[in-house]
Amino acid sequence: MTIQFNDETFRDDYSFRNSDWAIKRFPFPFHEDSYMYSVNMEQHRGGPEGSVYEKRFDVDEHYVSEMRDRAKVLDDDPLRCQSLPHMTLAGWDLLELIMVSKSEDYPDLFELHRDGDTWRWVNKPLGIDDTFTFLDETTLPYGPMEYITRQSQGDFAVLDQRENNLWMDAGMITTQADWSLDFDIGMNFFEWHAPVPMAHEMGIFKRALKFLLNIPQGAPARRLNWTMTVNPLLDTSPENYHKWGIQKTTLTPENIGAKQHLRVELQTFYRLPRSNALAFPIRCYLCSFQDLMTMPKWGRRLHRVIKDLPDELATYKGFIDNRPMMLDYLAQFDDGLPTSPGIFPEPETEPPLKTG
Amino acid sequence: MSKFEFPPSIKSRPVWGTFEERKGSAFLFIADAEGADAIIDIATPDLMAKAHIIFINRGTDYAEKLRALAPAQFYEGPSYDAALSRIKRVLSDAKMGIQVYLSGTESLMGQAANEATLAGVPLASIQTEHRGSTARRMQCVHCKGFTEDVETDPFQCSHCGLNLFVRDHYSRRLAAYQAVCIDAEDPGNVPPSKGIYE
Repeated sequence: MTIQFNDETFRDDYSFRNSDWAIKRFPFPFHEDSYMYSVNMEQHRGGPEGSVYEKRFDVDEHYVSEMRDRAKVLDDDPLRCQSLPHMTLAGWDLLELIMVSKSEDYPDLFELHRDGDTWRWVNKPLGIDDTFTFLDETTLPYGPMEYITRQSQGDFAVLDQRENNLWMDAGMITTQADWSLDFDIGMNFFEWHAPVPMAHEMGIFKRALKFLLNIPQGAPARRLNWTMTVNPLLDTSPENYHKWGIQKTTLTPENIGAKQHLRVELQTFYRLPRSNALAFPIRCYLCSFQDLMTMPKWGRRLHRVIKDLPDELATYKGFIDNRPMMLDYLAQFDDGLPTSPGIFPEPETEPPLKTG
Repeated sequence: MSKFEFPPSIKSRPVWGTFEERKGSAFLFIADAEGADAIIDIATPDLMAKAHIIFINRGTDYAEKLRALAPAQFYEGPSYDAALSRIKRVLSDAKMGIQVYLSGTESLMGQAANEATLAGVPLASIQTEHRGSTARRMQCVHCKGFTEDVETDPFQCSHCGLNLFVRDHYSRRLAAYQAVCIDAEDPGNVPPSKGIYE
């Protein structure tokens, strides 16, 4: 299909909107009516047609506007993109992975023409047509990681692997759920996850690290993670928290359906061939509560998940103060009927909301 | 003086040790204020014969006691910043087999450990021992400025003036804890400061 790219903003007037298509394919992160941490990894080998799992690097209607937002974030704060000196080769690996994947998966949007080390990259949505020499940084306007991730939705952490650990040694981080690359760069897997409550004690990170260290080339993995964001703000950075934090207090029972967004990360993991680093794309999808409620299954389930979530998690995810108002809103969409297993909305088979 | 027992914390936070004797070709001691006591506790004539002590007095009068240990080289300076160029030079001249001993405040140990690592000293050759002040070196996540000797939570950023709360999240690269605006969601509502470990 041909994607119609939206002209929209993720700040100021927040003109971001999801089409019906985008709502239906939204990666709702709850496969059952409750939530707790788990090492919820699965192979990233495609998925249902049209779903966000189908392609290696999903491109959707928000692509062009998200890239414009990223450029603005980087203009304001270049430290959102950093790469320690030993990570340049991994940056080339990532550039190759994305260019090859996108040109194969979206041949109408992206083209890659390779003649030895001379590569020509055509990005039609962004109007880019560049010829460069692979592995020669002087032939690109930015370092290889920055060049390609200015053209790819989602954040990208590039993890060095050594001493049986993963190290956050490079990244392009502008759509983050409130963590700072500038602070965390150089940390190992346990250090950068240190602030997460409960999961260390549950052994989640030890098991996850073991899994990630063993991801081989050609067998990427994926998982979903989630949080909550008031307004469709992509750049919920700690750096700017003193500016955006106040927006969390603007919810009212009248506007919560439009302003409160479920924020979902599609996290994928790819072994990189030359550097043996691990590419860790973190793709952010936003959906307003009122759009989610158009799917009866999601309405029922979201109410149940948020109601039963441990306070530690609601605090860590930053919505403990707004939870009562969320529950008042969501309760209208939970008629007590059972839900089918799995994350997909299944609007054709799930019963409509019982009213009255 | 008794040592402060840091409460259990998150995994990014460093755990400080206790000096022990090790074999080495050279011994570099970097200490501030009460950190001098950790050197005095481990000093022997043999060790001191191959020792270089860099001492940042921070207004204390330990220097004479350290000089009395007769180290091969001794330097006394008023602050870490003043001593930094010398520390960098000494580390750049260091040979294989050097043992590095860092003692005193977390700020001193964190910054000096980072310099030593950048100079190629393996982590296994760096020992630490906390003595004296438990104040923290904090980085404001908003303006990126560092505020030294933070003893209370919340505190005011010495650069941008925001009211910040003290996190346990720690970066070795920055040798600092992270500080985040405390009243972003309710401007002006800043709880009274109390000691970090109260």
